[in-house]
Amino acid sequence: MSAPSRASGWGLRSAALIYLAVLLLIPVAAVFWRTFEHGISEPLDAVTSPDGMHAFWLTILCVGIAVPLNTAFGVLTALVLVRQDFRGKAALNAAIDLPFAISPVVIGLALFLVYAPRDSWFGGWLTDNGIEVIFSAPGMVLATIFVSLPFVVREVMPVLQEIGTDQEEAAETLGASPWQTFRKVTLPAIRWGLAYGVVLATARALGEFGAVSVVSGHRNGETETLPIFVQRQFDNFNAAGAYAAGLVLAILALTVLFSMNLLQRRSARAVDVGDDDEGAPTTPSVFVPQPIEKEA
Amino acid sequence: MAIAVKNVTKHFGDFVALDDVSIDVPDGGLTALLGPSGSGKSTLLRVIAGLEQPDTGQVLISGEDNTATRVQDRNVGFVFQHYAAFKHMTVFDNIAFGLRIRGEGNGTIRERVRKLIELVHLQGFERRFPNQLSGGQRQRMALARALAVEPRVLLLDEPFGALDAKVRQELRTWLRRLHDDVHVTTIFVTHDQEEAMDVAEQIIVMNDGKVEQSGGPRDLYENPASEFVMSFVGPANRLGTAWVRPHDVEVRHEPNGQTTEAMIDRIVHLGFEVRVELTLTDGEQFSVQLTRDEVDQLELAEGQIVFVRPRATRVFSADGAAGSPAAEPEVA
Repeated sequence: MSAPSRASGWGLRSAALIYLAVLLLIPVAAVFWRTFEHGISEPLDAVTSPDGMHAFWLTILCVGIAVPLNTAFGVLTALVLVRQDFRGKAALNAAIDLPFAISPVVIGLALFLVYAPRDSWFGGWLTDNGIEVIFSAPGMVLATIFVSLPFVVREVMPVLQEIGTDQEEAAETLGASPWQTFRKVTLPAIRWGLAYGVVLATARALGEFGAVSVVSGHRNGETETLPIFVQRQFDNFNAAGAYAAGLVLAILALTVLFSMNLLQRRSARAVDVGDDDEGAPTTPSVFVPQPIEKEA
Repeated sequence: MAIAVKNVTKHFGDFVALDDVSIDVPDGGLTALLGPSGSGKSTLLRVIAGLEQPDTGQVLISGEDNTATRVQDRNVGFVFQHYAAFKHMTVFDNIAFGLRIRGEGNGTIRERVRKLIELVHLQGFERRFPNQLSGGQRQRMALARALAVEPRVLLLDEPFGALDAKVRQELRTWLRRLHDDVHVTTIFVTHDQEEAMDVAEQIIVMNDGKVEQSGGPRDLYENPASEFVMSFVGPANRLGTAWVRPHDVEVRHEPNGQTTEAMIDRIVHLGFEVRVELTLTDGEQFSVQLTRDEVDQLELAEGQIVFVRPRATRVFSADGAAGSPAAEPEVA
């Protein structure tokens, strides 16, 4: 590499790092720092309090329902959008992005209009049947599903487009049923796009505040997820509690991110093992002359 | 007949991909479906495989009506132009795929895959992934994968289309020999008439969703049934209403009453063969194929005026069909 390009390479790298540091790393590090500023007992008490524990488990519940549902329907929707042609496809495709386009608070209000106990479309019927949606866990789960819906679809679609249908058709000619084809061919082919979509959806579901907050009704210890709990601690001047709960959220998100990374690296190593076979250095996609003139 | 297609029609929207197509493929043979892009040859292959459903008509494999049979149950081997390798599986697992789906035991699978790997000369590559293979190796792997399930018929869709010229030539020869060993009824699709003539025993020429003609390579070349076959299978010149092959033309320096005047635009040396490009007095372009020795003997040069006479011409009726050799050699 020549000197000027090396210098400009350094310049670009520094700019990117400084940007990341100022806008992302320093604020996150500050949360870690402030959490343990006055020792471990105060933050520990905050997160292990009944309200804190309830918020933790409610968050896990919301994520635990929203992410698997959005993963399954996300893959299905991506398959339909990429592999099928039908009227209204463009409209469906655009609708997937609604959660990106609409402010979370508005999403919360929209759910309110549909499910609220009074003056809503289904609320009355639901209340008559003893089902509580708004100001209760089901509403919060619905809000979480809404905001984290597009990620899997949007990450899987381009991968499906790229792999095309050849591999699936090959599997079918070899006798594989549609389900076998999906499990043995399609799913492995889209796995990285899918994994990334799941990570993004999980991060969004964990951190969602606006939409969930509107439908939660803020009943302490009953309809609080971790982000709402953080907000309340903050409003009550319990900074240590807020930071501690915030830290728990950050750790949850990072755990998901790292486990996905680990999975990815392990499978990349599996490919490397094939590469190092017999220690022979190989260059992919270079034609290796074979004795094809020889009698078969 | 190993494969019979009867009166198959297939539309994609308004586009007629196959228009009342019927073909017969003999048992154990190697047949080429030849045609330009959009002629319906790949669609026909996919209909035989069950990857496309015909609008009307029947597909018979080994005498059974398979028109409504699912692709999984047809037991046909299919090889795709772009290999369709399972990228996340090793060469071994790719080839073993169909056997595993059929629930074969591990011992049987190992033995069968070993034999197939030998057959396609991929020994030592068992644990490689497809992206660590060349295009030719991937296509041989795909062929082994298709043969693993002992298909009733083998269908190849432009199998060498994505490879460079030299590898394509090698694989052609190799496919020919492989077929002599394996003897499975094979149909392959190609747009390359030379490839079709090189490999196939029977060629089915397609154009505009219809079968133009079928027959042996020599038969098609010498007795084309239509203008399309005349011009698509092998080189051809048009002389007014008649057609002539470039090697069926005599070139001389003096007129003899049967000749017509032409000017040499370009002399192209192709090794042993030389292509001489001419313009007739009426402005029509024309090409003649001579040997190097003939060109040397005649001392031809670009810009020269010469006299040409077709030795054999062929005239087709107005609708382009039903060709018959002209009784007398004639000049346009």
